[in-house]
Amino acid sequence: MAKELLLMRNITKTFPGVRALKDVCLDVEEGEIHAIVGENGAGKSTLMNILSGVYPSGEYEGEILFDGEPCVFRSIRDSEEKGIVIIHQELALVPYLSIAENVFLGNERARRGVVDWDETYTRTAGLLEKVHLNEKPSVLTKDLGVGKQQLVEIAKALSKHVRLLILDEPTAALNDEDSGRLLTLLLDLKAEGITSIIISHKLNEVEKIADRITVLRDGAVIETLDNGERTIREDRIIKGMVGREIVDRFPKRDTRPSDEIALAVENWTVRDPLRPDCLKIKNVSFTVRRGEVVGLVGLMGAGRTELAMSIFGRSYGMDISGRILLGGEPAELPSPKEAIGRGLAYLTEDRKSSGLILIDDICRNISLASLSRLCGRKGVIDCNREVTAAEGLRKRLGIKTPSIFQKTGNLSGGNQQKTVLARWILSDPDVLLLDEPTRGIDVGAKYEIYCIINELAAAGKAVVLISSEMPEVLGMSDRIYVMNEGRIVGELSREEASQEAIMKCIMQSNREVA
Amino acid sequence: MEKMKEMFMANIRQYAMMVALIFIVILFQYLTEGVLLRPLNITNIIQQNSYILILAIGMLLCILTGNIDLSVGSVAAFIGAVAATMMVTWKWPVLPSVLLALLLGVAIGCWQGYWIAYFRIPAFIVTLAGMLCFRGLTLVMLRGQTIAPMPQSFQKSISTFIPDVLGGADLNYTALAVVAAAILAFAFADLRSRRKKIACGFDVLSFPLWTLKILTMGAVLMAFSWQLARHRGLPVVLVLLGSLVLIYSFITGKTVFGRHVYAFGGNEKAAKLSGIDTNRVFFLVYANMGLLAAVAGLVFMGRLNAASPMAGTNFELDAIGACYIGGASASGGIGTVAGAIIGGLIMGILNNGMSIVGVSIDWQQVVKGLVLLGAVAFDVYTKRRTAR
Repeated sequence: MAKELLLMRNITKTFPGVRALKDVCLDVEEGEIHAIVGENGAGKSTLMNILSGVYPSGEYEGEILFDGEPCVFRSIRDSEEKGIVIIHQELALVPYLSIAENVFLGNERARRGVVDWDETYTRTAGLLEKVHLNEKPSVLTKDLGVGKQQLVEIAKALSKHVRLLILDEPTAALNDEDSGRLLTLLLDLKAEGITSIIISHKLNEVEKIADRITVLRDGAVIETLDNGERTIREDRIIKGMVGREIVDRFPKRDTRPSDEIALAVENWTVRDPLRPDCLKIKNVSFTVRRGEVVGLVGLMGAGRTELAMSIFGRSYGMDISGRILLGGEPAELPSPKEAIGRGLAYLTEDRKSSGLILIDDICRNISLASLSRLCGRKGVIDCNREVTAAEGLRKRLGIKTPSIFQKTGNLSGGNQQKTVLARWILSDPDVLLLDEPTRGIDVGAKYEIYCIINELAAAGKAVVLISSEMPEVLGMSDRIYVMNEGRIVGELSREEASQEAIMKCIMQSNREVA
Repeated sequence: MEKMKEMFMANIRQYAMMVALIFIVILFQYLTEGVLLRPLNITNIIQQNSYILILAIGMLLCILTGNIDLSVGSVAAFIGAVAATMMVTWKWPVLPSVLLALLLGVAIGCWQGYWIAYFRIPAFIVTLAGMLCFRGLTLVMLRGQTIAPMPQSFQKSISTFIPDVLGGADLNYTALAVVAAAILAFAFADLRSRRKKIACGFDVLSFPLWTLKILTMGAVLMAFSWQLARHRGLPVVLVLLGSLVLIYSFITGKTVFGRHVYAFGGNEKAAKLSGIDTNRVFFLVYANMGLLAAVAGLVFMGRLNAASPMAGTNFELDAIGACYIGGASASGGIGTVAGAIIGGLIMGILNNGMSIVGVSIDWQQVVKGLVLLGAVAFDVYTKRRTAR
């Protein structure tokens, strides 16, 4: 039996109105990778915030033993002193500082207040090598992708002589390739004796790398599974998370797509607005029929989001050429306003930064794209109609909230996503472009969103589903287009589609280009 | 009851400022031994603060977008200078001059709005430039001199009172009648919207509570108009200000445009992807600010009966302060016209009350500064508590 590094005993934390954690016990052994899983709102982040001192001691009950010593953390500084470092889901790097400056931010290599740049840079170079990041320490972090920024965060943690590394959803924003690299790194660190706690929704990753898995539900520990032999399967974890086994993760759709083509895009070519010499979308053509769910897959950077946004009222890109046909007729969509007017809807990839107005309530968020249709006289909103419509959608989509006048910033991820979906359902589109509709939300809420997608398809809407989670695309789509480097490199029917077939399309196109 | 508590908590900031306003009124009523609410003084408070309140209305929209407008004081002065030159120096008739001045205000607003909305130069910079330019142009226009007096008809139409057509001797019946009619109209409209809400099946105030609300409101307004009626009746600027408050409350609360402004301030990207022409919204907000700055400039000139090169100094800061005290958020998306007016009145009554009591100008500044800081600190504090 390995040495116990961390023991959290009987942790209880109450917020006004809700008890977020009750009597939670967690023990972490030295040198293991310990996964914490649970649906959104199960209390994972609260627990980690207590451990790292974000909620100072005194705001919760229970005790924390680190290395056998009782700990009182009044702030993040206290916990970092002990070697506990948390990397949050939202990365906290300063974009216009270099990698080296970020790594030693708050922990500057300095003599009497004067920074020793030589030491800063050489030590950073060493740390970058350790995390397998092949960049110069002087590169600005804004020029790095999310995956690389994640690695910088880890380098930063290592610079602080970390003993327990906590990663909150480290792979949520990464593509498969970057995720894989990150997970390997965690295993390397483990070999060096660094213990980590990983919070993740991606159960397939948990199953692969975690030695033990603690399942939280409704603020309590349900069970801790021993995965030393890598025998625990995804379904087993899900069972603990939701309290029942989800037999079918993707609900069946009974309706068939019609033959009528709702949206056709022909020879669509888009230039990157930041690098005008570079084509982001190259001569793409595709179709979606009414009542059909079409999946759009590809690696990160394949251009899926850019394609969707450029179609949706030229919200992305410059020098756009090509044709859009809506219901067989050519359409000019110079701005999102026209696109919405012609029956298009685009659910953004990032609900917080470009989807919701977080300081506004659910009702106003739902009505935002349909205001002109909720007017009595011209330009004057009929508030009664607005509230009735929003309330109807709240019920229909099962948005869990005391009232529609709650601020959306206070909702859980799943409910936020449903609110954005409600906005686009209210605008009554014919074609929905859904970009990562289930990113970062829990298994239960995902299932509900899949049901809504099926309902929309059954109602004769055309749905384009963009997702980085291949099982999701495979489980939901009637047809799949594979994108790579701004091109469509394959079209697969439901029967032909599989992860292997998709990867084959991508590899083949890479070879052709080379 | 739960619902009401929730509603109260949600609007705690507004109610708190309302309570603060009432408290300040009572405090100074006591300290000034009743001078504060004397008919003459009420009229004074209205006329002293009207131009700031008018600016605060426009400023609120700018603040809702997450920006401010630093140029309004200079623009008000410039418009005053131009109007005075037209009416006094060039002897142009009053009405066309006033209309031209307002149009010029809109043009200035459009000029600044163009750089802000379509070029996306930060509003702070564009309006800082405007502040310098239009102050300079005011000096050029007036050659450093004050132009006075204004033509009689201009003077009459701005800084006088609604004439008493009903012919009261000691009491201005017209003032009472106008206010009473306004209260009735409001009660009637509110009753209608209440009925509609019931028809839709929404929760509303119970009828006795609703009656209580209307009666309290009516009583306060009637007492207020009674005081005015004992002096010289309704000041024209009060009617102007009242109409502007109603119009802009309606625009921000009920219209699509208003909603677009809030959405813009709340999350511009989300607003854009929801089909809102964000550049146009941004532009119109600043164009409108130009119009209201012009109105304020004319009102101020009417009150002073002169166009002075130093008119409007620091108006922008008072207007911005009024909005923040009234609950607007510096990062945009939160705030109401009513809040801005309450904030403006708090500042105005503090000024007036302290002057009567004999607090020197220097200390008045200190008190006003602390009130601004305190109000915003209270806001941040309550928000942090409800966020948990």
